[in-house]
This record gives sequence, C-alpha cells and structure tokens, in this order.
Amino acid sequence: MTATDPRHPAPGSRAPVTPGSSTPRRAPLGGRQGPEGSVLLGTISRMVTVTVDGREVRVPEGATILEALKREGTPAQADTPTLCWAPNMKPINACRVCMVEVEGSRVLVPSCARKIEDGMEVRTDTEKVRHSRRMVLELLASSVDMSQAGADVQRWMEEYGVDAARYGEPAPPSDDRDRRHAGHHEPVDGTVAANVAQPVKVDNDLYVRDYSRCILCYKCVKACGTDAQFTFAISAAGRGFDIRIATEFNAELPDSACVYCGNCIGVCPTGALKSVREHELRENGDWHPEQESVTTTICSFCGVGCNLELHVQRGQIVNVTSPADHSVTHGHLCIKGRFGFQHVQNLADR
Amino acid sequence: MDLRLSDAVPSAAEKEAVQRVVAAHGGLTGDVIRDHDHFADSGHAARSRRHLLLPALHAVMDEIGYVSPGALNHVARTLSVPPADVYGVATFYAMYATTEQPPHVVHVCDDVACGPFGGEKIIAELADAGPGGRSTVVRSPCLGLCERAPAVLLQLARQPDASLAPATADGVRAALVHAADVEAGITARDGIRPTTSPADAAFADTTVSAPQTRTPRAERDGHRLQLLTRVGVVDPESLDDYRAHGGYTALRRALELGPGRVVRELTDSHLTGRGGAAFPTGMKWDGVAKAPERPHYLVCNADESEPGTFKDRVLLESDPFGLLEAMTIAGWVAGCERGYLYVRGEYPLATRRLENAIAAARRRGFLGPDVMGEGFAFDIELRRGAGAYVCGEETALLNAIEGYRGEPRNKPPFPSVSGLFGKPTVINNVETLYNVLQVLAIGGPMFAEVGGGRSTGSKLFCVSGAVGTPGVYEVDFGTTLRELLELAGGVRGELRTILLGGAAGGFVMPDQLDVALTLEGTREIGATLGSGVVLVFNTAADLTRTLLRIAAFFRDESCGQCVPCRVGTVRQEESLARIVRGAPRGPELLLLDDLARVMQDASICGLGQTAPAAVQSALALGLLDGPAPDGSRNGKVHA
Repeated sequence: MTATDPRHPAPGSRAPVTPGSSTPRRAPLGGRQGPEGSVLLGTISRMVTVTVDGREVRVPEGATILEALKREGTPAQADTPTLCWAPNMKPINACRVCMVEVEGSRVLVPSCARKIEDGMEVRTDTEKVRHSRRMVLELLASSVDMSQAGADVQRWMEEYGVDAARYGEPAPPSDDRDRRHAGHHEPVDGTVAANVAQPVKVDNDLYVRDYSRCILCYKCVKACGTDAQFTFAISAAGRGFDIRIATEFNAELPDSACVYCGNCIGVCPTGALKSVREHELRENGDWHPEQESVTTTICSFCGVGCNLELHVQRGQIVNVTSPADHSVTHGHLCIKGRFGFQHVQNLADR
Repeated sequence: MDLRLSDAVPSAAEKEAVQRVVAAHGGLTGDVIRDHDHFADSGHAARSRRHLLLPALHAVMDEIGYVSPGALNHVARTLSVPPADVYGVATFYAMYATTEQPPHVVHVCDDVACGPFGGEKIIAELADAGPGGRSTVVRSPCLGLCERAPAVLLQLARQPDASLAPATADGVRAALVHAADVEAGITARDGIRPTTSPADAAFADTTVSAPQTRTPRAERDGHRLQLLTRVGVVDPESLDDYRAHGGYTALRRALELGPGRVVRELTDSHLTGRGGAAFPTGMKWDGVAKAPERPHYLVCNADESEPGTFKDRVLLESDPFGLLEAMTIAGWVAGCERGYLYVRGEYPLATRRLENAIAAARRRGFLGPDVMGEGFAFDIELRRGAGAYVCGEETALLNAIEGYRGEPRNKPPFPSVSGLFGKPTVINNVETLYNVLQVLAIGGPMFAEVGGGRSTGSKLFCVSGAVGTPGVYEVDFGTTLRELLELAGGVRGELRTILLGGAAGGFVMPDQLDVALTLEGTREIGATLGSGVVLVFNTAADLTRTLLRIAAFFRDESCGQCVPCRVGTVRQEESLARIVRGAPRGPELLLLDDLARVMQDASICGLGQTAPAAVQSALALGLLDGPAPDGSRNGKVHA
C-alpha cells in the first residue's frame, strides 16, 4: 500500500468536518480527483515536499495546501478555518478565511485553491495570517447573522478574537436589497454599520431563503449549477456589498428553474437556506439540535441507491442529508430523497 | 440545455436588436444560431456562444433602454444561457438596467477630478429644474474626460451615446432636447440610425486633450512625441491617412524580423506593461508564443477606468489604427488568430472610431484571413464594457469577454497559461501596445536608452485638477514631477498635494516634487505611478470630500466576490465618514489600519488590495487633520 492511497491516510491525520453532517469525513487526497470530487483509484502521484511552519511534509503532487494541512498537518494546522470550501465541491475561493502565507508571495494565498508545489514554504500561524482570518470573520459577523453557522465557525470566531461590535450599531433591516443598482449606494454617515438584514423569503413549501444569514460563499450557486445539479436556477446578482443570490428578476422559486433538489441547502454553511420544517421549528422554539440523532439508510424511491442520513429530533425527521464522501451522491440528493420523508412520519405513533 | 423561461415575450424590436448581434457574429465566424421560439440550441456549440452575452445586452439596452423580462428571455434562449445567469450578468454592470427607465440617461461625473470642478454644480442644477425630455440623471464614477472637466455621458436608447465635456447644465438640457428631436425624427424615418453625433464635434480639436500637440512637430525641441506623434495630425477615420503618416511600417518591419527577433527587440527595449503591474512585455509575448496549447488569444485592455485616467482614450480617439497595427503585431508574434479589444463602455467616440477602423482594416486586408497578403490570419473583435471598474483587472476582463460577471479569477493560473476561454492569452494595456510600434521603429536598444531599469521609453501622464493646462502629457521616463507640472502650465493657486497613480495610488506632498517619475523613483518615496494619474489639488480643495469620494468609489466598484473587499470597502467608508464628522480619531485609525491590512493581504485582486491605498496615504500625510485655526478643513499645510 503506497502512502498515496486515499483509503489509508497517514496515522494521526485529521479529517475535515463537513458542516451539516454528523460524521467526520476524510478528504480525498492522493490520486486524481474525478470531475465531481470522486476519487479515481489506481493513480499514483509523485510525492512533493513542502515545508509547513518549518516542518517538512510529503504530499502527493496536485494536492491543495488545505488538503496537505488536513492530511499531514498538526491538529492546529488541520483546523484551518474554511467557509466557502466543501469537500465535495471545487474550490470557490471567495471567502478568504483559509489564507496562509507562502514564501515569495507578497499577499496571502487561499489554501483551499492553491496547489502544492515542490519546495513550497507555507506558514499558517503568523500574525499576518491570524489578522486576516480574524478580520474576514469579523467583517462577516458585522454584516451577516452568523448565529446559525456551524459549531466550527462559532469556535473560530471565538478563537480568532472577533469583535463585530466595534463597527457600530447595525443598520435596520432593508427591504430593497433585491432592487439596488450596481455602482450606486446611498450616502453614509457612519452612524450605523451596513448589513444584509432583510425579510426571510418564504415562497414554497420545501425550503426558505433567509438571506440575512448569507455570506455569499457561492456554494449554493455552484451546487445548483456546475458542481452538482446543472439546473442554474440561481446566480449571484448585483455587485459589491449589494451582491445577492437571486433568480431572474427575483422571481419566486416556483416560477424559476428550481427543481427543489435542496442541494443548495446541503451546502449552505450559515443556515441561510434551510428546510421549511427546520425554519418553522426554530421559529417556534422547538429546535433541539442537542437531542438530534442521525440514522443512516438508503433511499427507497429508486434504484440509484443514495445513502441518506435522517436527522431526527423528538421522534420526527427534521432534515435529510447525504454524506459528502458517499460514492453515489457526493453529498447531493434529489427532491424525493431530501424532502420525500413525510410518508414515514404518517405511520402511527410508535 | 433545458431552459426554463418565464412567460414574458420579447418585442419585435428586441428580437431584431439581438438578431443584429447574432448576424454580426455569424458574418465573422460562419456560426449559425437558429432562431426558434421554443427551444434553445444545445450542445457545446451553443454553450460556446456565451461570449455574445454582453454585446446582446448592449443591443437591447441601445434599443429599448433597459433589459426587459422578454428581452432577457430572448437573449437567454438565443445564447443558451440560463435566465438567472443572464440576470446576474445584467445586474453586475452599471450601464445595464433591469427595470424600466427613461430612454435618455444622463451620467454626470462626480468623481475626484470632475466633482469639485463643476460636476456637483451640474447635478444640483439638473436636480432643481429637472433635466427635461425623457431622461433621468445619475451620478457616475470617473468618465475619463478629466482634462475637460466636468464631464457628462449621455446614454441614449436608439441613438449613439455621446460625451459632453466640458459640460454645463444648459448644455445637457440642449443635448436632451436634441436627442428627443432625433427620436421623433427616427420614428418618422422608420428606423434609420444616425451615425454621427454632434457632440463628437467638440472633440475634433485634439490640442485640448493633448496640449503638447499644439506646437507644430518641427518645433518641438526637447519634447519628442512618440506615443502621441499622430494625435491631431492623422485623420482618425482614414486608413489611407494613417498609412501616409507611417502607418503599418511597424508591422512590415515585424514581418521582416520574424517573431523571435521581435521578442528580442522587446526584451532589449525593457518595455514593461503600462497597465500598472509593469510586467516585461517581451517575456509575456514569448511565454504565450511558446505555449503548446492552441489557440492563443490576444486581449487589449482598453477598459481605462482608474479615476483621473484618460490617456488611452486620447490615443484611441485620435490614432485608432495605431492600436490595430500594434495588436496585429502582437497577434502575429504570439500566434493568436483572434484579438479581443475590450473598450470602456463610457467611451462612445473611441468606440465609434475603433469600430470604423476595424471595418476599414478588414476591407483593405489589414485584418482577416490573409493579413497584408502575408499568409497569416488575424482579426479583432471589439467588446464594449458596460460600467465596471473591476473589469480593468485582467482576469475580470476575461470573464466579461466570456459573458460572465466581471469577477476576477484566482491566480495562478495566469492568463499566459490559462486565459481567455482557458487558453494561453496575451493581455496588454493600450499604452503598452503603442510603445511596441515605437520599439519596432527605432529598435529595442535605442528605446532602452531613455530612462533606465524597468522604466524605459516615454510615459503618458494624465494631468488634471488645479493646473494651468490639463491634458495628456508624454514625457521621457525620469522626468521629475516638478518638470511635468511646469509642462502643464504650473499649479493654479498654492499647491496642497498631488494624487499620483489614481484612486489606487497615493498622495505626494509639495516637498516631493523632485521625484523622478519612474517605477523605481516613485517607489522610493512610497508612491506609485499607477495608471499615470497626476491629479493636482491646491489649498482651496476639499480633500475630505475627495477621500470620501474615493472610499465610496471602491465600495461601488468592488465586485463583491471576496469578503475583505466587499465588506472592507464599506467599513472603510463608514469609518472615514465618522472621522469627518469628528469622531475620536484613535479607534477609527486602528480600525482603518486593520481594514487596510486585510484588504491588502487577503483580497483576490488588485482592486481590493489597493482600495485602502489613498486613504492610508492621506491619513499618514496628515491631509485629513484639522480643522486648522483658520477654519480650513484641510489641516496641515506644508510650505
């Protein structure tokens, strides 16, 4: 067994934690990745040597810095914060929270997207790196409701010392964000901090869009488009701080190309997209993640054989996900797998 | 592709507008796009037409003044692009509108050069009495007409856009009345589009923009004009006149030398890119020429949008064939059969001149399948920008040409490896390309004799603000800032400070006027040449307002893709506003410094990385200190 075999990571390596799923996942590393993150077995890559914080590590050529950190790094290095990265998606490189220093580069580089080169010197714990990570998290926290982001995100904000309050009182919610014109904004006086607070969009029975929580990681756009679903119902619209995720002319979802696969929900890191059920339970104060249990099963709707993880709270299925490293789904489902569980609940109470 | 479209249907005029784009594309490439009311073409061929998205949206804007739901559907179906994507692109660019608006849009420049020099006055006057006609007034970032401040751009449906500079409120009203008349006439004359605009006449006198050309060529001792040599001399509409003034001799010379020798001449000349990054041009061309992957593409970045910059515009308006010749040389050397010329959407006259020049060059065999009978193919497609400063960033520009939102790409890979449509691509700034003509005319070693280091040859500077004679000035590298100011008629009033390099640059104080205007010289004093902006402020200027405008500019122009720039530019503007209102300095300076560092270190592209530059520079130099004892908000005044 060579060290490049993805099924047998080096001892002590830490696996990344996928937001929204309960079990730790192993990043596919070594070997080439297939078009949608699948691992093509049997490929053997040349190993290259890189220095991470002064320590030499050997990783397969073609791996990203982040993959190297997660695979070969110390627990602290493997805990590099990420927001727009996901193990089952191509690097998006928009959030800029995973930045590291690379010798010879004037600016920081995104570890999620930059490929390892032989002899590369990477530093992950410099003041410059910590500052940028703190500021990215702080700028997001000051403009977006991060309260439903995953536990890792909460912990990073704590660890990096985020102080969102220093930008001042948040501006009141606005209802015109969908109509703002690129290149123009109202004059500011600095008394309140601009943010993306806005009403929740509830226009269908299956999921809600709570864009007050949207950090513009583009994951939903990519999952709807070229990374998974090829439906292209949503796109980033507008520009600058007024950028938003939208359908054409902000049409309601039933009037758009949306097929309700819910893969956008599956990849959303901050709770901006969630099922109507979760939304209602949270609104009513009936959301109890600490009591949640996860049951793995196989979808019974068709013959594809998608693995499902049923998230159950108080005897009720509240969400359905699929493991990001499952060879059939890569974490993505269809409308039936993700939302078609009501018939299970229609059984008599047990 | 299966597109799901809304029920909105396009009007006949909208369909015709899109059809014109399709027909032009077909004429150039032979590609046939089927017109079908219910289905979109599918497959690779259909997807490869997405690059027509910006031209198609422009066609709709030009026809009805906004992108209607029906037109959007039609564009989506014709080009096989999902409607949400079309909407995402249409809402990215400031010159497109997705809600109905009056057909005549008045863009009044209120940026650093125009705002205090009449722009604000025009906005106030037009707001008082209304602009009249079927029009609306919007504020605009720098329109690239700073030497003729204040500037106004008229974006007119069914008529050619026009620039007014220097503009007045009355002038704008008169132009709008004229536009309304023309529109009435058009209906009567059944769709005949006027080809020239009376506003262009104001630009006939090139000495306003390039004052050095006022002196006859023979009498210009000491100031050899090379880049501007044909400005005001050659007829920009005539290929014959261009050839009579030495046109196409550089291409002839390049063909004699062969691609390898041309690269060597460029290497010997030490010519570096004039777009800001100063990358060696010879190395760039050579890298693409040797790239095994085909095809290669050439892109000319004529999306000049840095506030205070107008040098490329003057060249494009007055010597358009020069650019085509230089692009042809670049295409031939780097092995590109197609060049894309991305010209700023706010430059109507330059666009018209270039369109005319490309058509003339095609007719006469200077572009096409067999250039000059020399057996190589090269053609140029012109692409109009649509109001996005960020598209001056090379990878954002590539995305704009490909029909996407102008969001910069992650580098590496660099465009010379994976550029336009993922192929090896040469991207050059307009001024760089004009320099190539000069290198071929006199040879690389001789070119390198002027200046030194990475700064060889001559450089264009955009001098505006409080100077005697604003305009584009060509000087040898190494000329001092003081000499340049003297050339431009000296400072009007008492010099306060100079914004060097544009909004992405920094301020230079009166005691630094002896700085040599080279990449190296300006770096020594912590400044940058940037795009060659020299914006002069005297002691009467309101620098606070200038700084606020710059902060607002970056907020408006951030593409929004990465967090440091998207939110950082907002927080920077808010903090600056608090300082201006007299908030305690300490915490604000700390905040601004924290913001500056994350924007510089972690932004994806140069826009975010330089967004805090001018603000930081002004704070470091004490330009916002005050108010002074005399009540001036300008604070510290150096002697």
